[in-house]
Amino acid sequence: MAKLKLPAAPSNPLSSPKRPGKDYGPSGGLGHAGEAGASAVDWIDERTSLSGGLRWAMFRKVPKGTNWFYTLGSSTMFAFLSQAVTGVFLAMYYDPSATRAYASIQYINNEVFLGEFVHGMHRWGSSVMVILIFLHMARTFFFGAYKYPRELNWVIGVALLVMTMTMSFSGYLLPFDQRSYWATIVGVNINGTGPLVGPYLSEFLRAGPYFGATTLSRFYAIHMLMVPGAIAALMGFHLYLVAKLGTTAPPWVKAKPSEELSEEKVTVG
Amino acid sequence: MNKKQKEQYLRDYGTLKSQGKPFFPYAVAKDSAMAVVVMAVIVAMAIVLGAELGPKADPTSTTYTPRPEWYFFFLFELLKVIKAPALVPLATIGVPTICLILLFLLPFYDRGAERRPERRPIATTAGIFVVCAMGYLTYLGASAGPPTQIDIPIPTNIASQGPEAVTNFKAGSQVVAQSGCAACHQFGENGNSGPGPALTKIGARLPAQAIQRTLLNPSAPMPSFSALSEESPEQFAQMVGFLAALK
Ligand code: HEM
Repeated sequence: MAKLKLPAAPSNPLSSPKRPGKDYGPSGGLGHAGEAGASAVDWIDERTSLSGGLRWAMFRKVPKGTNWFYTLGSSTMFAFLSQAVTGVFLAMYYDPSATRAYASIQYINNEVFLGEFVHGMHRWGSSVMVILIFLHMARTFFFGAYKYPRELNWVIGVALLVMTMTMSFSGYLLPFDQRSYWATIVGVNINGTGPLVGPYLSEFLRAGPYFGATTLSRFYAIHMLMVPGAIAALMGFHLYLVAKLGTTAPPWVKAKPSEELSEEKVTVG
Repeated sequence: MNKKQKEQYLRDYGTLKSQGKPFFPYAVAKDSAMAVVVMAVIVAMAIVLGAELGPKADPTSTTYTPRPEWYFFFLFELLKVIKAPALVPLATIGVPTICLILLFLLPFYDRGAERRPERRPIATTAGIFVVCAMGYLTYLGASAGPPTQIDIPIPTNIASQGPEAVTNFKAGSQVVAQSGCAACHQFGENGNSGPGPALTKIGARLPAQAIQRTLLNPSAPMPSFSALSEESPEQFAQMVGFLAALK
């Protein structure tokens, strides 16, 4: 019996074909250098398949009629990122101990290069973020964007709102001046009047029955580790759902089927 | 929404989406422009308003005004609207908790298919009411100045006890004023009418000892003055004396 010839072994499957076009780029070393960026991206993508997800997120369509009100969500996220970056710089100098906190903030304000500026950005950025989150919530409320199929995204949003307010509350104590100290005492006491969990909550916040030395470090841990981590995670889920479900069209934009489809309708009907 | 309405919505949405533009670069461009505006606002506020520090926290000091950050004013003012002592837990935690639960569950009880605000009269009215109420309460909180002044005429029974009693009364009024009590209590013409009860005639209702006990061991949200009584018993005694003389 005649044997079938084995097919020739393929050339290296990982080497990509030459780009089309005769005069593509300089040949030799320079040409390879030019392709280095593309092949580095290829190398990563071959091992992660990230490009599909990126294409899915970036080239999804945004419905007709989308207007400037739809930028409020991403602005909230941007304000949060600004808080995160300025917060990291403050954390490099801040000392969360009842005896040294005030002095360390004074040091940031008076000695550190651009210290008061970064501190100011962090302080006023919190107001900006709170305003933006309420505006974004008002937008989704009045546009009816919380309805089917986006109910879950609304619920996550409310959780984000609560956590943003928690950030403000826990951050207010950190400068440890008179205003922040006494306002926080009253705030914690208010929490304590709540039914059932109230007393436990205020005791947890105070780290004990009285406002003491560990209270400040507890607030610091809540403010810079616990809540921001949870916010980042929930924000990721919120944005995943936005990309998955798509953003709503403004409620007054009417869906008109395209021409071809309506013709089809006529012939069928 | 029933099944048919859901399918209708998804179909209409699919049509609108297919007629839209890609997220990148169109929406990204708008978002980026807005991000630049947000950054500019934050930078401008940081430069203009700075980040001043107040005096260092001092548990024994009597010159503080317990004021929260402005965006908590609406919660703080809620305490003043609901004043009856029995209802205070309701105001402090009850109303916010109920509002929060209503907010969380919104998509589950408002299940209508209609999305245009002008055709959702209940939702839109409720939304506008909440926005106005929060705005009004925030305004109230912002316009209540730091209450550090208390002018009360010297009661006749104090005046008749001689100059020392008058001096003590005045000193006590100063301690009370500087302690920020008037942020939450009313004293005659001065102070806010809540969240705490009016103290204009507190001396007639409580003997000095009971007043002292309350100051040392107050019910929330009032802060305790036990630190003051330890660090500066004289000032604390003046404070109690002043309050007990208000009849
Ligand atoms: C940290 C806070 C938040 C961030 C970073 C964030 C971010 C976003 C972004 C980028 C979008 C895309 C559409 C748009 O920008 O309008 C979005 C959509 C949405 N957000 Fe948020 N959001 C936050 C908080 C909230 C809150 C507090 C709520 C409501 C209680 C909420 C409810 C929604 C809903 C229902 C949508 C879908 C809107 C639509 O499809 O038209 N989000 N969010």
